[in-house]
Amino acid sequence: MEDILTVSQLNNNIKFLLEETFDVVLVEGEVSNLRRPQSGHVYFTLKDEASQIRAVFFRPFGAYQKRGKFELEEGLKVLCRARLNVYLPRGEYQLVVESVEPLGVGALQKAFEQLKAKLFAEGLFDECHKKTLPFLPEKIGVVTSPTGAVIRDILNITKRRFPSVDILIAPVRVQGGEAAGEMIQALRNLHACGNVDVIIIARGGGSLEDMAPFNDEALAREIFRSTIPVVSAVGHETDFTICDFVADLRAPTPSAAAELIVPQRSELVARLNALQQRMMAGFSRHLNDGQEQLNDLRERLKDPRRFVVNLQIGLDELRDRLVCALQNKRQNVYNEFRQLELRLLYRSPALHVREKKMQLQNLQKEMSGHFLTRLNAARERLMKNSAVLESISPLAVLQRGYSITRRVDSGALVRQTDDLCEGDDVNVLLARGNFNAKIEKIF
Amino acid sequence: MAKEKFEDALEKLEDIVRKMEAGEMPLDDALKSFEEGIKLIRFCSSKLEDTQRRVEMLLEKENSMQLKQFQGDENESG
Repeated sequence: MEDILTVSQLNNNIKFLLEETFDVVLVEGEVSNLRRPQSGHVYFTLKDEASQIRAVFFRPFGAYQKRGKFELEEGLKVLCRARLNVYLPRGEYQLVVESVEPLGVGALQKAFEQLKAKLFAEGLFDECHKKTLPFLPEKIGVVTSPTGAVIRDILNITKRRFPSVDILIAPVRVQGGEAAGEMIQALRNLHACGNVDVIIIARGGGSLEDMAPFNDEALAREIFRSTIPVVSAVGHETDFTICDFVADLRAPTPSAAAELIVPQRSELVARLNALQQRMMAGFSRHLNDGQEQLNDLRERLKDPRRFVVNLQIGLDELRDRLVCALQNKRQNVYNEFRQLELRLLYRSPALHVREKKMQLQNLQKEMSGHFLTRLNAARERLMKNSAVLESISPLAVLQRGYSITRRVDSGALVRQTDDLCEGDDVNVLLARGNFNAKIEKIF
Repeated sequence: MAKEKFEDALEKLEDIVRKMEAGEMPLDDALKSFEEGIKLIRFCSSKLEDTQRRVEMLLEKENSMQLKQFQGDENESG
């Protein structure tokens, strides 16, 4: 009756029995001995105070990872949805976990902290990504529930501060499983409108569970992607959501969000009036300054005729002075000239010439006196000598009958017959006249 | 677009006032600035004097969006 079984047979029977009986089980327990080998699968032990069971989490079934809400941690209390599996080679059984949820108080908080740390690390909360709110929005998009105090507060406050700002409400549920998805869609719709200047995403206060949609990672990423500035106004002052961190501005309450976004009209009116007054005053001062400057210039701008008269007078005076100066100059030059002339006359060569001329005349007179004297003397001497000469002149001898014979050919005196030859021609000079003769005979 | 104009206009106006108060502007420029300032003031005033607003709801029906007047705005005003 009692069959003998092999180990394999026994384990096969056990496997059949267990896997049939515990197809899908929900087990709660505390995580311990957590191991993450390279394969990416997660091995851990699920335990309570008295017992424990091995568990494995194959990555493809990692539903919890897809939702990104939390990571398994040592000591974390979890609820696992799993199938029981018997591993024949070792004769061991374990849970193959299909999904895991954190369990108990602090679990949601844990998920919140983990997501916050993750998005922070990614830089989604960085100041450099925060967009500036418009100074005066024309249209405000509000993502919230269309009923209740939140939308009413926002409408009242915006109306009170600046009555002409349009409000576009994108109605959504703000709690429950669908809320996050609706809010994401609402954000997209508001973007599609194209004329929304700023978006408020708002909800009244509530428990951490109530706030869950505002801690949704997908919503956080949608807010981060928004090209329109987003103001988050979720819960009360003390409640922070992921939404608050990723939004461009976090308002403590929906009313505060409305106040932060919409400027006080009366303040702007006052500011504008002040500017207008200052501009008027400044411009008046400019005008006055201009007027003063003009008056000043007008006074300084004299009648040009007066100026001309002055010039005329000045010109006349100058002309007088010029004439006067010229006359003086001329007189001086004339005087100088006269002086030079006198000096020149004084040294005139004419005087000299006259003097020399007289001297010359004197000399001339003197000279001719001398000459006559000498001439007379010479003449007397000549007459005396002539008389003497005449007394001894051959001519005188000739008077007495003598003659002078000269050779015709040479003119030589013939003193002896030797000077002559027969036939020679001679000239015979008598006291009166002469004649030629031919020598006929020499004795 | 107009919202930026309001802020820009206010900034321009402040700039004009500052320059005018500094008194370093030639009268001709002051006159031009004054005219521009008046225009800016008129523009800003018109923005501030507007008291009408629209409060609407953005509803999605079969992949198309509709605007609907929001009921309950005027009742709540105070």
